[in-house]
Amino acid sequence: MNAKAAIKAAFPYTIPVLTGYLFLGIAFGVLLQSSGFGFLWAGFMSVTIFAGAMQFVAVSLMTEPFAPLSVFLVTLMVNARHLFYGFSMLEKLRGIGKYKPYIVFGMTDETFTLLYSTEPPKDVSRGTFYFFITLLNHCYWIGGGIIGALLGSQLRFDMTGIEFVMTAFLTAIVVEQLRAKHNRIPCIIGLVASAICLLVFGPERFLLPAMAALIVVLTIARSPLEKKLPKQKATESETLP
Amino acid sequence: MSIMQIVLTILIIAGATAITRGLPFVLFPSDLHTPSYIRYLGGVLPCATIAMLIVYCMRHVEFVAWPNGIPELISTVAVILLQVRFKNMLISIAAGLALYMVLIRTVFETI
Repeated sequence: MNAKAAIKAAFPYTIPVLTGYLFLGIAFGVLLQSSGFGFLWAGFMSVTIFAGAMQFVAVSLMTEPFAPLSVFLVTLMVNARHLFYGFSMLEKLRGIGKYKPYIVFGMTDETFTLLYSTEPPKDVSRGTFYFFITLLNHCYWIGGGIIGALLGSQLRFDMTGIEFVMTAFLTAIVVEQLRAKHNRIPCIIGLVASAICLLVFGPERFLLPAMAALIVVLTIARSPLEKKLPKQKATESETLP
Repeated sequence: MSIMQIVLTILIIAGATAITRGLPFVLFPSDLHTPSYIRYLGGVLPCATIAMLIVYCMRHVEFVAWPNGIPELISTVAVILLQVRFKNMLISIAAGLALYMVLIRTVFETI
Protein backbone atom coordinates (compact mmCIF):
# COMPACT_ATOMS: atom_id res chain seq x y z
CA MET A 1 0.00 0.00 0.00
CA ASN A 2 1.13 3.56 -0.57
CA ALA A 3 -0.54 4.93 2.57
CA LYS A 4 2.79 5.81 4.16
CA ALA A 5 3.96 7.63 1.05
CA ALA A 6 0.62 9.45 0.90
CA ILE A 7 0.85 10.66 4.52
CA LYS A 8 4.44 11.76 3.95
CA ALA A 9 3.41 13.66 0.84
CA ALA A 10 0.28 15.14 2.42
CA PHE A 11 1.69 16.25 5.77
CA PRO A 12 3.80 19.29 4.65
CA TYR A 13 0.76 20.83 2.94
CA THR A 14 -1.27 20.56 6.13
CA ILE A 15 1.21 22.33 8.46
CA PRO A 16 -0.50 25.76 8.20
CA VAL A 17 -3.82 24.06 8.90
CA LEU A 18 -2.23 22.20 11.83
CA THR A 19 -1.32 25.52 13.42
CA GLY A 20 -4.70 27.05 12.79
CA TYR A 21 -6.82 24.06 13.78
CA LEU A 22 -4.88 23.25 16.92
CA PHE A 23 -5.39 26.74 18.31
CA LEU A 24 -8.91 27.22 16.98
CA GLY A 25 -9.76 23.74 18.28
CA ILE A 26 -8.35 24.62 21.69
CA ALA A 27 -10.39 27.83 21.71
CA PHE A 28 -13.47 25.76 20.89
CA GLY A 29 -12.72 23.22 23.64
CA VAL A 30 -12.20 25.96 26.21
CA LEU A 31 -15.50 27.60 25.27
CA LEU A 32 -17.32 24.27 25.39
CA GLN A 33 -15.87 23.41 28.79
CA SER A 34 -16.82 26.82 30.16
CA SER A 35 -20.41 26.09 29.06
CA GLY A 36 -20.38 22.90 31.13
CA PHE A 37 -19.50 20.25 28.53
CA GLY A 38 -16.43 18.06 28.99
CA PHE A 39 -13.84 16.68 26.58
CA LEU A 40 -16.02 13.75 25.46
CA TRP A 41 -18.50 16.25 24.06
CA ALA A 42 -15.66 18.11 22.35
CA GLY A 43 -14.46 14.90 20.76
CA PHE A 44 -17.95 13.80 19.73
CA MET A 45 -18.72 17.19 18.13
CA SER A 46 -15.40 17.51 16.33
CA VAL A 47 -15.65 13.97 14.94
CA THR A 48 -19.25 14.26 13.71
CA ILE A 49 -19.60 17.94 12.74
CA PHE A 50 -16.05 19.01 11.73
CA ALA A 51 -16.97 22.62 10.91
CA GLY A 52 -15.14 25.37 12.76
CA ALA A 53 -17.46 28.35 12.77
CA MET A 54 -20.54 26.15 13.17
CA GLN A 55 -19.20 24.39 16.26
CA PHE A 56 -18.81 27.74 18.02
CA VAL A 57 -22.43 28.51 17.14
CA ALA A 58 -23.37 25.00 18.31
CA VAL A 59 -22.08 25.68 21.82
CA SER A 60 -24.68 28.39 22.30
CA LEU A 61 -27.41 26.29 20.64
CA MET A 62 -26.67 23.49 23.12
CA THR A 63 -27.39 25.72 26.09
CA GLU A 64 -30.79 26.78 24.73
CA PRO A 65 -34.11 24.85 24.69
CA PHE A 66 -34.36 21.97 22.20
CA ALA A 67 -35.34 23.34 18.76
CA PRO A 68 -34.40 20.80 16.06
CA LEU A 69 -35.86 22.65 13.07
CA SER A 70 -34.24 25.98 13.81
CA VAL A 71 -30.92 24.23 14.56
CA PHE A 72 -31.17 22.55 11.15
CA LEU A 73 -31.92 25.82 9.33
CA VAL A 74 -29.24 27.81 11.16
CA THR A 75 -26.68 25.17 10.21
CA LEU A 76 -27.72 25.25 6.54
CA MET A 77 -27.33 29.02 6.53
CA VAL A 78 -24.00 29.20 8.35
CA ASN A 79 -22.56 26.46 6.14
CA ALA A 80 -24.16 27.40 2.81
CA ARG A 81 -20.73 28.46 1.52
CA HIS A 82 -19.78 24.78 1.44
CA LEU A 83 -22.06 24.37 -1.59
CA PHE A 84 -19.49 26.37 -3.55
CA TYR A 85 -16.73 23.96 -2.57
CA GLY A 86 -18.76 21.06 -3.91
CA PHE A 87 -19.39 22.76 -7.24
CA SER A 88 -15.70 23.66 -7.45
CA MET A 89 -14.56 20.11 -6.72
CA LEU A 90 -16.96 18.13 -8.95
CA GLU A 91 -14.28 17.57 -11.60
CA LYS A 92 -11.34 17.03 -9.25
CA LEU A 93 -13.11 14.40 -7.16
CA ARG A 94 -14.52 12.54 -10.16
CA GLY A 95 -13.76 8.83 -9.98
CA ILE A 96 -11.35 8.99 -7.04
CA GLY A 97 -12.95 5.94 -5.49
CA LYS A 98 -13.83 4.72 -2.03
CA TYR A 99 -12.50 7.73 -0.11
CA LYS A 100 -14.81 10.20 -1.82
CA PRO A 101 -17.65 10.22 0.77
CA TYR A 102 -15.22 10.95 3.61
CA ILE A 103 -13.39 13.64 1.63
CA VAL A 104 -16.70 15.35 0.83
CA PHE A 105 -17.74 15.04 4.50
CA GLY A 106 -14.49 16.65 5.62
CA MET A 107 -14.43 19.56 3.18
CA THR A 108 -13.99 22.48 5.56
CA ASP A 109 -12.86 25.92 4.35
CA GLU A 110 -9.22 24.92 4.81
CA THR A 111 -9.49 21.36 3.50
CA PHE A 112 -11.25 22.61 0.37
CA THR A 113 -8.60 25.26 -0.20
CA LEU A 114 -5.82 22.66 0.16
CA LEU A 115 -7.51 20.03 -2.01
CA TYR A 116 -8.28 22.55 -4.71
CA SER A 117 -4.76 23.95 -4.84
CA THR A 118 -2.60 20.83 -4.52
CA GLU A 119 -1.85 17.92 -6.81
CA PRO A 120 -0.69 14.52 -5.57
CA PRO A 121 2.90 13.45 -6.33
CA LYS A 122 3.21 10.95 -9.19
CA ASP A 123 3.56 7.81 -7.03
CA VAL A 124 0.47 8.54 -4.90
CA SER A 125 -3.11 8.19 -6.11
CA ARG A 126 -5.30 11.28 -5.95
CA GLY A 127 -7.88 9.57 -3.72
CA THR A 128 -5.34 8.43 -1.12
CA PHE A 129 -3.55 11.78 -1.12
CA TYR A 130 -6.77 13.77 -0.66
CA PHE A 131 -7.98 11.30 1.95
CA PHE A 132 -4.92 11.82 4.14
CA ILE A 133 -5.02 15.62 3.79
CA THR A 134 -8.62 15.49 4.99
CA LEU A 135 -7.89 12.96 7.74
CA LEU A 136 -4.86 14.88 9.07
CA ASN A 137 -6.89 18.10 9.20
CA HIS A 138 -9.72 16.25 10.96
CA CYS A 139 -7.27 14.86 13.55
CA TYR A 140 -5.78 18.32 14.26
CA TRP A 141 -9.27 19.67 14.79
CA ILE A 142 -10.36 16.81 17.08
CA GLY A 143 -7.07 16.99 19.01
CA GLY A 144 -7.31 20.75 19.53
CA GLY A 145 -10.88 20.50 20.79
CA ILE A 146 -10.07 17.75 23.28
CA ILE A 147 -6.94 19.53 24.54
CA GLY A 148 -8.92 22.75 25.00
CA ALA A 149 -11.74 21.02 26.87
CA LEU A 150 -9.30 19.10 29.10
CA LEU A 151 -7.08 22.01 30.02
CA GLY A 152 -9.83 24.61 29.89
CA SER A 153 -9.17 27.67 31.95
CA GLN A 154 -5.71 26.45 33.02
CA LEU A 155 -4.43 27.64 29.67
CA ARG A 156 -2.83 31.00 30.14
CA PHE A 157 -0.86 31.56 26.93
CA ASP A 158 -1.57 34.82 25.24
CA MET A 159 -2.34 33.54 21.76
CA THR A 160 -4.15 36.67 20.61
CA GLY A 161 -3.73 37.04 16.88
CA ILE A 162 -3.11 33.34 16.11
CA GLU A 163 -6.31 33.40 14.05
CA PHE A 164 -4.37 35.42 11.45
CA VAL A 165 -2.76 32.15 10.34
CA MET A 166 -5.95 31.40 8.35
CA THR A 167 -5.87 34.78 6.60
CA ALA A 168 -2.19 34.30 5.79
CA PHE A 169 -2.85 30.76 4.53
CA LEU A 170 -5.69 31.85 2.23
CA THR A 171 -3.69 34.84 1.00
CA ALA A 172 -0.71 32.69 0.07
CA ILE A 173 -3.03 30.29 -1.79
CA VAL A 174 -4.63 33.17 -3.71
CA VAL A 175 -1.21 34.49 -4.73
CA GLU A 176 -0.39 31.07 -6.21
CA GLN A 177 -3.77 30.88 -7.96
CA LEU A 178 -3.27 34.32 -9.49
CA ARG A 179 -0.23 33.09 -11.39
CA ALA A 180 -2.79 31.52 -13.75
CA LYS A 181 -4.29 34.40 -15.77
CA HIS A 182 -7.78 32.92 -16.00
CA ASN A 183 -8.13 33.10 -12.21
CA ARG A 184 -7.51 36.82 -11.92
CA ILE A 185 -10.89 38.31 -12.75
CA PRO A 186 -12.90 35.73 -10.73
CA CYS A 187 -10.64 36.47 -7.76
CA ILE A 188 -11.16 40.24 -8.04
CA ILE A 189 -14.92 39.68 -8.39
CA GLY A 190 -14.88 37.55 -5.23
CA LEU A 191 -12.91 40.13 -3.28
CA VAL A 192 -14.89 43.20 -4.36
CA ALA A 193 -18.35 41.62 -4.16
CA SER A 194 -17.68 40.18 -0.69
CA ALA A 195 -16.20 43.43 0.60
CA ILE A 196 -19.20 45.43 -0.64
CA CYS A 197 -21.61 42.94 0.96
CA LEU A 198 -19.63 43.09 4.21
CA LEU A 199 -19.99 46.89 4.23
CA VAL A 200 -23.69 46.77 3.43
CA PHE A 201 -24.87 43.81 5.53
CA GLY A 202 -22.35 43.69 8.39
CA PRO A 203 -20.07 40.88 9.59
CA GLU A 204 -22.80 38.48 10.78
CA ARG A 205 -25.04 38.48 7.69
CA PHE A 206 -22.89 39.26 4.68
CA LEU A 207 -22.04 35.72 3.60
CA LEU A 208 -25.32 34.70 1.94
CA PRO A 209 -25.70 38.02 0.03
CA ALA A 210 -22.03 37.73 -0.98
CA MET A 211 -22.61 34.23 -2.36
CA ALA A 212 -25.65 35.44 -4.29
CA ALA A 213 -23.67 38.42 -5.63
CA LEU A 214 -20.84 36.13 -6.77
CA ILE A 215 -23.22 33.87 -8.68
CA VAL A 216 -24.97 36.84 -10.32
CA VAL A 217 -21.77 38.63 -11.38
CA LEU A 218 -20.07 35.43 -12.55
CA THR A 219 -23.19 34.51 -14.54
CA ILE A 220 -23.37 37.92 -16.21
CA ALA A 221 -19.66 37.75 -17.06
CA ARG A 222 -19.86 34.18 -18.33
CA SER A 223 -19.09 34.63 -22.01
CA PRO A 224 -15.83 36.61 -21.64
CA LEU A 225 -14.65 34.58 -18.63
CA GLU A 226 -15.45 31.18 -20.08
CA LYS A 227 -13.23 31.84 -23.11
CA LYS A 228 -10.24 32.25 -20.80
CA LEU A 229 -10.76 28.99 -18.93
CA PRO A 230 -8.45 26.14 -19.91
CA LYS A 231 -10.28 23.66 -22.12
CA GLN A 232 -9.51 20.61 -20.00
CA LYS A 233 -9.61 20.27 -16.24
CA ALA A 234 -7.91 23.17 -14.49
CA THR A 235 -5.66 21.12 -12.25
CA GLU A 236 -2.20 22.44 -12.89
CA SER A 237 -1.59 24.56 -9.82
CA GLU A 238 0.90 23.67 -7.12
CA THR A 239 1.32 25.50 -3.85
CA LEU A 240 4.36 24.02 -2.16
CA PRO A 241 7.81 23.81 -3.67
CA MET B 1 -32.11 19.97 27.29
CA SER B 2 -31.70 16.32 28.21
CA ILE B 3 -28.53 14.47 27.18
CA MET B 4 -30.48 12.75 24.40
CA GLN B 5 -31.69 16.11 23.07
CA ILE B 6 -28.15 17.50 23.12
CA VAL B 7 -26.86 14.46 21.23
CA LEU B 8 -29.71 14.89 18.76
CA THR B 9 -28.90 18.61 18.33
CA ILE B 10 -25.28 17.74 17.55
CA LEU B 11 -26.32 15.06 15.06
CA ILE B 12 -28.72 17.47 13.33
CA ILE B 13 -25.88 20.00 12.98
CA ALA B 14 -23.60 17.25 11.64
CA GLY B 15 -26.27 16.12 9.17
CA ALA B 16 -27.05 19.63 7.90
CA THR B 17 -23.32 20.34 7.50
CA ALA B 18 -22.91 17.13 5.49
CA ILE B 19 -25.83 18.20 3.28
CA THR B 20 -24.16 21.53 2.43
CA ARG B 21 -20.97 19.67 1.54
CA GLY B 22 -22.50 16.75 -0.32
CA LEU B 23 -25.42 18.27 -2.21
CA PRO B 24 -23.49 19.28 -5.38
CA PHE B 25 -22.15 15.72 -5.70
CA VAL B 26 -25.65 14.27 -5.27
CA LEU B 27 -27.10 16.68 -7.85
CA PHE B 28 -24.33 16.00 -10.37
CA PRO B 29 -23.06 12.44 -9.87
CA SER B 30 -19.97 11.52 -11.83
CA ASP B 31 -21.60 9.27 -14.40
CA LEU B 32 -24.08 11.91 -15.57
CA HIS B 33 -23.32 14.77 -17.89
CA THR B 34 -22.80 17.98 -15.93
CA PRO B 35 -24.42 21.04 -17.56
CA SER B 36 -21.88 23.42 -19.10
CA TYR B 37 -23.07 26.25 -16.85
CA ILE B 38 -22.21 24.20 -13.75
CA ARG B 39 -18.82 23.30 -15.24
CA TYR B 40 -18.22 26.98 -15.93
CA LEU B 41 -19.06 27.80 -12.29
CA GLY B 42 -16.72 25.02 -11.19
CA GLY B 43 -13.98 26.78 -13.15
CA VAL B 44 -14.46 30.32 -11.85
CA LEU B 45 -15.95 29.76 -8.39
CA PRO B 46 -12.88 28.39 -6.56
CA CYS B 47 -10.83 31.57 -6.80
CA ALA B 48 -13.81 33.82 -6.18
CA THR B 49 -14.70 31.66 -3.16
CA ILE B 50 -11.22 31.71 -1.64
CA ALA B 51 -11.20 35.50 -2.07
CA MET B 52 -14.57 35.57 -0.29
CA LEU B 53 -13.07 33.50 2.53
CA ILE B 54 -10.33 36.09 3.01
CA VAL B 55 -13.00 38.76 3.48
CA TYR B 56 -14.81 36.33 5.80
CA CYS B 57 -11.63 35.91 7.90
CA MET B 58 -11.30 39.68 8.17
CA ARG B 59 -14.97 40.37 8.88
CA HIS B 60 -14.38 41.46 12.47
CA VAL B 61 -11.50 43.81 11.65
CA GLU B 62 -12.41 47.35 12.72
CA PHE B 63 -11.48 49.58 9.76
CA VAL B 64 -13.03 52.79 11.08
CA ALA B 65 -11.46 52.80 14.56
CA TRP B 66 -7.82 52.55 15.63
CA PRO B 67 -5.79 50.63 14.56
CA ASN B 68 -7.95 50.71 11.39
CA GLY B 69 -6.92 47.27 10.24
CA ILE B 70 -3.38 48.50 9.62
CA PRO B 71 -1.68 45.46 11.25
CA GLU B 72 -3.84 43.13 9.12
CA LEU B 73 -3.04 45.16 6.02
CA ILE B 74 0.72 45.26 6.62
CA SER B 75 0.89 41.54 7.45
CA THR B 76 -1.23 40.54 4.45
CA VAL B 77 0.97 42.61 2.13
CA ALA B 78 4.01 40.89 3.68
CA VAL B 79 2.48 37.46 2.95
CA ILE B 80 1.76 38.51 -0.64
CA LEU B 81 5.29 39.85 -1.25
CA LEU B 82 6.99 36.82 0.34
CA GLN B 83 4.82 34.41 -1.61
CA VAL B 84 5.41 36.21 -4.91
CA ARG B 85 9.15 36.27 -4.26
CA PHE B 86 9.91 32.89 -2.66
CA LYS B 87 6.89 30.73 -3.61
CA ASN B 88 7.15 28.96 -0.25
CA MET B 89 3.81 28.79 1.58
CA LEU B 90 5.27 27.89 4.96
CA ILE B 91 7.71 30.79 4.97
CA SER B 92 5.05 33.28 3.82
CA ILE B 93 2.51 32.13 6.39
CA ALA B 94 4.90 31.82 9.33
CA ALA B 95 6.51 35.21 8.68
CA GLY B 96 3.16 36.93 8.10
CA LEU B 97 1.73 35.43 11.28
CA ALA B 98 4.79 36.34 13.35
CA LEU B 99 4.76 39.89 12.00
CA TYR B 100 1.05 40.22 12.82
CA MET B 101 1.43 38.94 16.37
CA VAL B 102 4.36 41.28 17.00
CA LEU B 103 2.56 44.29 15.48
CA ILE B 104 -0.57 43.92 17.62
CA ARG B 105 1.61 43.63 20.73
CA THR B 106 3.88 46.59 20.03
CA VAL B 107 3.15 49.43 17.62
CA PHE B 108 -0.59 48.78 17.41
CA GLU B 109 -1.23 47.63 20.95
CA THR B 110 -4.88 48.26 21.77
CA ILE B 111 -5.18 47.04 25.36
